[in-house]
Amino acid sequence: MSQISTYTSSELLTINASRLLRDGDVVFVGVGLPNLACNLARRTHAPNLLMIYEAGVIGAQPRRLPLSIGDPTLVSGALAVCSMYDIFAFYLQRGNVDVGFLGGAQIDRFGNINATVIGSYEKPKVRLPGSGGSMEISAWANRCYILTPHQKRRFPEKVDFRTSAGFLNSRAERESAQLRGSGPQAIVTDLGILEPDETGELVLTALHPGATVEQACANTGWALKCAGTLRYTQAPSEEELQILRDELDPEGIYLRS
Amino acid sequence: MSKIVSLSEAIRRYVRDGDSVYAAGFTHLIPFAAGHEIIRQGRKDLVLARATPDLIYDQIVAAGCARKVIFSYMGNPGVGSLRFVRAELEAGNLEWEEYSHFGMISRLQAGATGLPFMPMNPTAAGDLEQANPNYRTVTDPYSGREVVVVPALNPDVAIVHVQRADAQGNAQIWGIIGEQKEAAFASSRVILTAEEIVPEEIIRSDPNRTLIPGFIVDAVCHVPYCAHPSYTQGYYDRDNAFYLEWDEISKTREAVQAYLDEWVYGVKDRAEYWEKLGVEVHTRLIVGSRPSEVVDYGQY
Repeated sequence: MSQISTYTSSELLTINASRLLRDGDVVFVGVGLPNLACNLARRTHAPNLLMIYEAGVIGAQPRRLPLSIGDPTLVSGALAVCSMYDIFAFYLQRGNVDVGFLGGAQIDRFGNINATVIGSYEKPKVRLPGSGGSMEISAWANRCYILTPHQKRRFPEKVDFRTSAGFLNSRAERESAQLRGSGPQAIVTDLGILEPDETGELVLTALHPGATVEQACANTGWALKCAGTLRYTQAPSEEELQILRDELDPEGIYLRS
Repeated sequence: MSKIVSLSEAIRRYVRDGDSVYAAGFTHLIPFAAGHEIIRQGRKDLVLARATPDLIYDQIVAAGCARKVIFSYMGNPGVGSLRFVRAELEAGNLEWEEYSHFGMISRLQAGATGLPFMPMNPTAAGDLEQANPNYRTVTDPYSGREVVVVPALNPDVAIVHVQRADAQGNAQIWGIIGEQKEAAFASSRVILTAEEIVPEEIIRSDPNRTLIPGFIVDAVCHVPYCAHPSYTQGYYDRDNAFYLEWDEISKTREAVQAYLDEWVYGVKDRAEYWEKLGVEVHTRLIVGSRPSEVVDYGQY
């Protein structure tokens, strides 16, 4: 079976992330693909999505694509604007956020994220930007989704530095930590979707059209298990692609590749 | 008594070698003009605190003014890595102290409210708490459960840019309000820069919008376009093109030095810098109008 790719891997990630959102969700939005995924969901199946930005903006309705998390377009026409302390305390810590999106340089077998350093902390081989809001989002948002290209170096058995908690070493360990959020619910890659099993280990549950189990395994740094029934995701629809390309990212800043 | 002074005078008086400095603003209202003045005056050994160091600290570090950074997200927002600070950290040339955003902002909140520390719910991530001994845990005396605490941050000086202030420093901000109020109340000295200096009556016409009261402010500086390449909501747009350009400039020390020579050492103040940017940039950053409905406070 030959697949002619008529969409980019960024479009594939964004569309699959968008489909995970439910109408009425309160989402802690990041810039880049999560921002596009939320705006796509709002224009399709989730018109009542409430977008909260970590810069302290609630109910944003951006009229242009924001480059940064603090773009002024997020403010004009928003429902409310508050301080950074308030957004993390009143909204996130208090438990008013349904969904958080996360990314990182490394995601391990139990969904823990590294956004801090490659190598040792004191003498890093690569110094990454660090937590930002990630440490709290992964702990306190009810559901977390991670978007990442599917590459072996991004999926090690264990992260070099645990910036944000996934399931730690097991689902039981996260549960005993009594965090209010339920942890990463899905990792969307350009090959498919990984979800935690009953032990908290990430297993392959879905493949995108044209992707194979062998590809997914070869690009994962641990012995990747497959779910009993493996699903195939629906290919991006014309409507989804048209909204992304014509309305949300017409210059292809995030979606070109 | 008016507190209005030039920005160069304010930096001369209130920013000293070795000071801890918090130049506030989450993406919005970042006081770049003040950063450039610190560089021109050649301050040394500063401890630079900011949740997001942004290009302003990349430039101050590149100019050799700092010995340490305290941060929670060290990136070029929306673009990628903050190359100069990153290279200095990787080379071991710069001390650092690191938090999550909530940890950093909780430190300021404690500092601003006169508390010794601030509690936060646990996140279980663990590694940053291991790496930074300022993270501790205490037992909640009511439930017996553990909470994570961080100590108050009380910088020597805060620098805050605002849309408008009166001559006493009563300051109003709208748009993203980040951590400006917290930084001002937490710090020993406060330098205010403003797009506009307005009569006290204007401030009094809308008291809910005043984030910083004049009595905690030391200096008020009238600095239009102070925030470029950051932005001032309703006044001018963020210069995203420059944020992308800095990603190229900051790839080599030579290019960074050439930038500082031309745009910092090569101009005497922000007015000259803005003039030098030229009409094309000015035009690109113009924003349209979208005023709020006027509210009626009532006559009592």
